Amino acid sequence: MSKKSSSGRATSDRLFDILLPVLATLLALAFGAVLLALLGKNPLEAYGALFQGAFGTVSGITQTLTKATPLLLVALGICIAFRGGVINIGGEGQIIVGAISAAWVALTFASLPGILLIPLTLAAGVLAGAIWGGIAGVLKARFGVNEILTTVMLNAIALQLMNFLLRGPMLDPAQIAAGTNVPQSATLPDQVWLLRLVPRTLLHTGLILAIVLAVLVYIFLWRTTIGYRIRAVGLNPSAARYAGIPVRRYVALAMILSGAFAGLAGAVEVTGVHHRMIEGLSGGYGFSGIVAALFGKLHPLGAIPASIIFGGLLVGADKMQRTVQVPSSLVVAVNGLIVLFVVASDYFVRQRAKRRGRTVGERELSGPPQPSLAMEQEAFNDQ
Amino acid sequence: MISDLLQGSVLIGILYSGIRLAAPYLFAALGETVSQKSGVLDLGVDGIMLMGSFIAFYVVFETKNLWLGVGAAVVVGILMGLLMAVVSVTLQAEQGISGIGLYLFGLGLSSLLFRTMIGSVQGITGFQVLRIPVLSDIPVLGEIFFNHNILVYLAYLMVPAIWILLNKTTLGLKVRAVGQNPEAADSLGIHVNRVRYFGVIFGAAMAGLAGATLSTGLLFVWQENITNGLGFIAVALVYFGGWRPLGVLFGSLLFATVNAFQLWVQVKGIDIPSDLAVMLPYVLTIIVLVFASGRVRQPAALAKPFERSG
Repeated sequence: MSKKSSSGRATSDRLFDILLPVLATLLALAFGAVLLALLGKNPLEAYGALFQGAFGTVSGITQTLTKATPLLLVALGICIAFRGGVINIGGEGQIIVGAISAAWVALTFASLPGILLIPLTLAAGVLAGAIWGGIAGVLKARFGVNEILTTVMLNAIALQLMNFLLRGPMLDPAQIAAGTNVPQSATLPDQVWLLRLVPRTLLHTGLILAIVLAVLVYIFLWRTTIGYRIRAVGLNPSAARYAGIPVRRYVALAMILSGAFAGLAGAVEVTGVHHRMIEGLSGGYGFSGIVAALFGKLHPLGAIPASIIFGGLLVGADKMQRTVQVPSSLVVAVNGLIVLFVVASDYFVRQRAKRRGRTVGERELSGPPQPSLAMEQEAFNDQ
Repeated sequence: MISDLLQGSVLIGILYSGIRLAAPYLFAALGETVSQKSGVLDLGVDGIMLMGSFIAFYVVFETKNLWLGVGAAVVVGILMGLLMAVVSVTLQAEQGISGIGLYLFGLGLSSLLFRTMIGSVQGITGFQVLRIPVLSDIPVLGEIFFNHNILVYLAYLMVPAIWILLNKTTLGLKVRAVGQNPEAADSLGIHVNRVRYFGVIFGAAMAGLAGATLSTGLLFVWQENITNGLGFIAVALVYFGGWRPLGVLFGSLLFATVNAFQLWVQVKGIDIPSDLAVMLPYVLTIIVLVFASGRVRQPAALAKPFERSG
C-alpha cells in the first residue's frame, strides 16, 4: 500500500481531479487540430487566432467575461441539478422564458425607478426559469417522467413561444412603424440597464452578481441542510429515502433551482447586454453551460474559471471565423468532445476510489468538497 | 378551416405527408429501442442523424450515387455509435451527459464540414417515388400508402424486422436480458458489455440511416442543424411507444401526422399563429409521456453501466 500520508494523498487526488478535465480539453483541442489539418486549414493559425481573439486584447477579455456571465449562471444551475441527480438539458428554454419575462416586466413597469425595477425584472427572469424547470422537475417527481425528454421538449416550446411573441404581441412598435419588422422587442427603459464595468464595452455588473452567486451556491450545497439533502438524493436516492429525506420533493427542488439560474441568465442578458429581447439571445448557453459545469467538476467555484475559459472559446471562435475563415462551429464540435472525454475520464476517479476501498459517496458527504460525477451509478452500485 | 379539412384531397395530403415524414422517426426510434432494450440510453441520436444526413447528402452531391450515400451514412453512424459505446459502456459514463456530448460533436462537426466542403445551400436529386404496382391504383389508400420512395417503405419494414429481432432471435433475447438484469445475464455466460456494444452501434447505424432518409429521401437539401431536434423526439418516441416496435410505429405516425397538419396550418396560415402550431407536437409529446409513464416499465437496467462485482 501507499506510504503517503492521507493528507498528501488527498492533495494529489484533488490535483488529479482538477487535471483530468484540463487533459480532456487538450485532447479535444488536439482532435480538432487534426480535423482542421485534414480539411486543409492550418491548426496553429486557427488556434492562434482563437486565443488572441479571446484573451489577447483588453476588448477580447471584456467580451470573454461578458460571455462568461450567462455561462456561469447556467453552470451554477447545472451544478445544483446534476448534484441532485437530475439532468437539466433545458437551459436554452429556461434562458428564453427568463429573458422574455424580464423584458416584459421592464417594459410594463417602465415608470418605476431603477432601484425597484432592476430587482423586479431580474426576479421575473428567475421566476419564469424556475417555473420552466419546475414543470420538468414536478413531472419527474410526481409521475416519473424522464426529465431529459421534458426539458428538450420545453426548449422547443420556449423557442416557438419566443418566435410568436417577438413577431406579435412583443414586437417593437418602432419596427412596425418603420415596416422592417425585425423580430425584437422595444428597448428597455434605461434605468433598468445594468451598469457597465468598463466604459464602451459590453461588460456589465452581471458578472459580479454571478460570481457572488457562485460563492452562495457553494455555501448552499455544502453548508446547509437543504444543500446536503440535494446532494444526498443525487448520490444515492434509495439511501436518502431510507434516511427519511423526501426524495421526490428534493428532485423537484433541484430542477426548480436549476431553472431559476438559467432564467436569471436570460434576464441578465436582456438587462446587461442587449437592453431588449432579441432572437437568438440564448446563444447556445444552455448547452455550453453544461460543458462549463462539467469542466468545473460540478463545483460552483470551479465553474468560475470554467465559464471564463468557455466564454473565451465562444469569443475566440467568432474571431477565428472572421480572421482565418475557420468556421466557428469547430468550437461546438470540440465542446462535444470535451463533454465526452470529461465524463469518460470520471471512470478513472471511480476506479481510484474503489482501490482505496471507499465509495465516492462516503467521501463526498463526509470530507472536504471533492466533486465527482457519479450520481445514479453510485446508487446502482450500492444497491 | 374545418370545412377545408373535410375536403378529401386535403385530408389525403396530410395523411400522405404524415406517412412520409414518419420515416426518419421510425428508423431513429426503432434503433434507439434496441439500444435502450440493451440498457443504454443514447441521447446523441440527433448528432448522429446530423452527421448521417450530411454525409449522405455530400456523397450524393459528389457522386450522384444514392445508395453509396446511404451506405456512407450508416458507416458514420456505426463509427459514432462505437465512440458512444466506448464512453458509455466501457468507461461507464453518465449516459444522459455523454449523449449530449455526442450531440454537440455531431452538430458542430456536420456544420463545420458543410461550411468547408460545400459552403452554400445546394440541391440534390434524391430517391424518387416508387409506385407499387396494383396496390398504388387502389383509390385513396393507394395514394396514401403505396406512393412513396424506397427508404419510406424500408422504414415501415423495419417495424416487423425489429420486432422479430427482439422477440424471436437469440440475439434479441440477449439484448433484453442485459437490459433487464445484467447480473443474471452475466451469470448465464452472456457477455453483457459486448451485447450492449451491439445495441448502441446498431441503434447508431439506424440513426445514420434516419439522417440519410432526411436528406436524400425527404428534403433533398442540407443546411446546418437540419434535424432541428428530430433525434430528441425520436428518443422520446421510444418511451412513448413503451419500448415496443408497434408502439414506436404508432407514436411516429401520430407525431408525423400532427406535424403534417401543423405544416398545412402554416401554409394556410389563418386561424392559429404558425409558431403556436409548431408547438403542438412538443406539447403533445409531454402530455403523452405523462400518461405513458408508470404504465409501461422501462428496461430495469436502462442507463446503468454494468461492472462485474468481485
